[in-house]
Amino acid sequence: MIAHFSQIATIFLLVAGLYVVIARGNMVKKLIGLSLFQTSVYLLYILPGKVLGGTAPILDASFAVYANPLPHVLILTAIVVGIATLALGLTLVVRIKEAYGTIEEDEILARDGSKESVTDKVKIAGNKTGRGGNGA
Amino acid sequence: MRLDVVLRVTTKFMLAPLLLFALYVQFHGDYGPGGGFQAGVIAAAAIILYGLINGLGPAQKIVPVGLLEVLIPGGVLIYVGVGIAGMLLGDNFLDYNHLAHDSVHGQEWGVFLVEIGVFLTVFSTMIAIYYAFAGRRRS
Amino acid sequence: MITHHLPVLLILAPLLGAILAALSRNGFAAWLIALVASALTAAIAVALLWRVQAEGVISYRLGGWAPELGIEYRVDAVNALIVLLVGVVALVTMIFARRSVLAEIIPERVAWFYTMMLLCIAGLLGMAVTGDAFNAFVFLEISSLSTYTLIALGRDRRALVAAYQYLIVGTIGATFYVIGVGLIYLVTGTLNLGLIVERLGAIESSRALIVAEAFIVAGIGLKLALFPLHAWLPNAYAYAPSSASVLLASTATKVAVYLLARFLFTVFGGDVGPGGIPIGAILIVLSVAAMFLASAAAVFQNDVKRILAFSSVGQIGYITLGLALVNPTGLTGGLLHLFNHALMKGAAFMAIGAIVLRAGTAKLDELSGIGRVMPWTVAALTVAGLGLIGVPGTSGFVSKYYLILGALEAGHGWLAILIVASSFIAVLYVGRFVEVMWFREPAQAARESREAPLEMLLPMWVLAGATIWFGLDAEGPAALARAAANALLKVAP
Repeated sequence: MIAHFSQIATIFLLVAGLYVVIARGNMVKKLIGLSLFQTSVYLLYILPGKVLGGTAPILDASFAVYANPLPHVLILTAIVVGIATLALGLTLVVRIKEAYGTIEEDEILARDGSKESVTDKVKIAGNKTGRGGNGA
Repeated sequence: MRLDVVLRVTTKFMLAPLLLFALYVQFHGDYGPGGGFQAGVIAAAAIILYGLINGLGPAQKIVPVGLLEVLIPGGVLIYVGVGIAGMLLGDNFLDYNHLAHDSVHGQEWGVFLVEIGVFLTVFSTMIAIYYAFAGRRRS
Repeated sequence: MITHHLPVLLILAPLLGAILAALSRNGFAAWLIALVASALTAAIAVALLWRVQAEGVISYRLGGWAPELGIEYRVDAVNALIVLLVGVVALVTMIFARRSVLAEIIPERVAWFYTMMLLCIAGLLGMAVTGDAFNAFVFLEISSLSTYTLIALGRDRRALVAAYQYLIVGTIGATFYVIGVGLIYLVTGTLNLGLIVERLGAIESSRALIVAEAFIVAGIGLKLALFPLHAWLPNAYAYAPSSASVLLASTATKVAVYLLARFLFTVFGGDVGPGGIPIGAILIVLSVAAMFLASAAAVFQNDVKRILAFSSVGQIGYITLGLALVNPTGLTGGLLHLFNHALMKGAAFMAIGAIVLRAGTAKLDELSGIGRVMPWTVAALTVAGLGLIGVPGTSGFVSKYYLILGALEAGHGWLAILIVASSFIAVLYVGRFVEVMWFREPAQAARESREAPLEMLLPMWVLAGATIWFGLDAEGPAALARAAANALLKVAP
């Protein structure tokens, strides 16, 4: 049990994150769940890279055992991807809030039943967007 | 928030060390933990802190939106440019061996320049995200 | 000398184009940059295919690092075909895009729109050429993130919800893929696909690999809209700006199919995966379900874009069926259908884009009689529709013919019957819009429209013409697809 602690933690985060994404209708909460889910993958890569008794991966004559540096590099990339996804997701939620007035998924689906007279409203709201946001 | 003396004074004290620390992390990244990603985030945190205390307007006076829109692609351009420089010197893309007189210095120069590109893009993207969210009015 | 760098130049052309388009901040300049960049990309893709045919597999080491340490780009007959498809479609889409974007995108966002288009193309091409499992994930996310942005730029507010839902589902898919790759990395210690294959032979316990294959197939399945995982696709295609729909419908899912094929055949060894998962049988069931159920759903849509989107899910079923048959003929059929479907769906979405530009709607009940005022546009749509059915004389017939042969070769006579039967559902949904657009009295939207501009008709008819041309003379693409199928199955040609 203890020996597999890292795997258990990984799987718990994975399932918990995925559950939040599926079970919650609030769009921000879904994104939180998504982030949690992605974090579990960081653990999946990083934890096995640690070598017991090993040092930081700096080449030096006095050390022979060191941690595997590759997972860290990979996960640095994955974290950047995660940030970009989260930022884009939150941007979409802000725009959805402006267009629909709610961020609950079921209410949005209900509101789309009443035709798209609001199309123009999106256009006007869109005009105010900070231009920097799109570059992110 | 604008009248809170404690926050304003503390921020003033923090800003310079934050930026200096960002530069340390940036340039020490060749020898130890650090690099463009981390430095970019720290430097952006300084600007964002300034914006939180003094408001969006003053922050945009220091780092205008127009500048960000140049820096984000500009940083990537530096990265790609270093890669292409390696290609023009007869190596593969992103091979830095011939950027200096020997391969060790070449690699160092290559990574150094690439990290500057990374710094610029991360720094400006972080601030751009902050501006984009802070700039929208509550409906 | 420059031919040595072709694999990386392929990515650099759209990437540099994206940077310059973002720096230009001017809609027309950005379009010009996008056009030049995609023309260069298409030219490089053709050169790459030519070089692969002459020399065989091309390997390119980024930064000069050996495959154990660095990233290797590896181009063989399979990805050369995909790269050619993406390059050509990208170029044609850019020619089409200018007018459509002017009408649909807010002026100050036009430069960003082209930046995102180019980034998406760079990501898709990167997924296709890379020989590194994790690098494929990074390129997958580059293309996905730009896709979400492209969809959100649509003018309907439902585009935002579609983009959000795709973002959630797409991220789960991509993360599943990384989990699978991580498990493979844990047992093999490498991310290079070639080295993974070499080292898998020495691994005795297959449990990690079973889990890895499950995660990877499910993850990529989400991205390619494999039947029960397709819910994001119809809204995303329907509410995205027209030119983005063209690019996505004809390339995005196709590159994901390539990645699936690469893992199924090159890494996991085809029909039966590690630990005896009957992956081929599962894929056959899902593909047949897609062919019938998604096509049937297309019949009941009112928005023509949604009809085409559901039809895409159905047509992807034929492609994955080709993969699942695991014999050279069936796989040739699958890859050929991938190629042909991209061309006809591109033409169909371009026609709809032109109709939206002129008539301002894609709703079928408002479009009656539009064929009388926009004959060339609706004719292209009809040709593409005939291709979707698989009428002899169109390219869709050729690829379905190969699929049927493949099914018979695999000993599944009933599958051949199902392929023919499901084509009749396509007759229903194609017949619906053909009937409304050609034979009904013109409605108000039709009376106020006129023929699409030449710069949109031209790229549309390049793709529609290709649908007819490759239906009459299929030797060119069939030879490419056969070479790709042989490379995947490691059969000597």
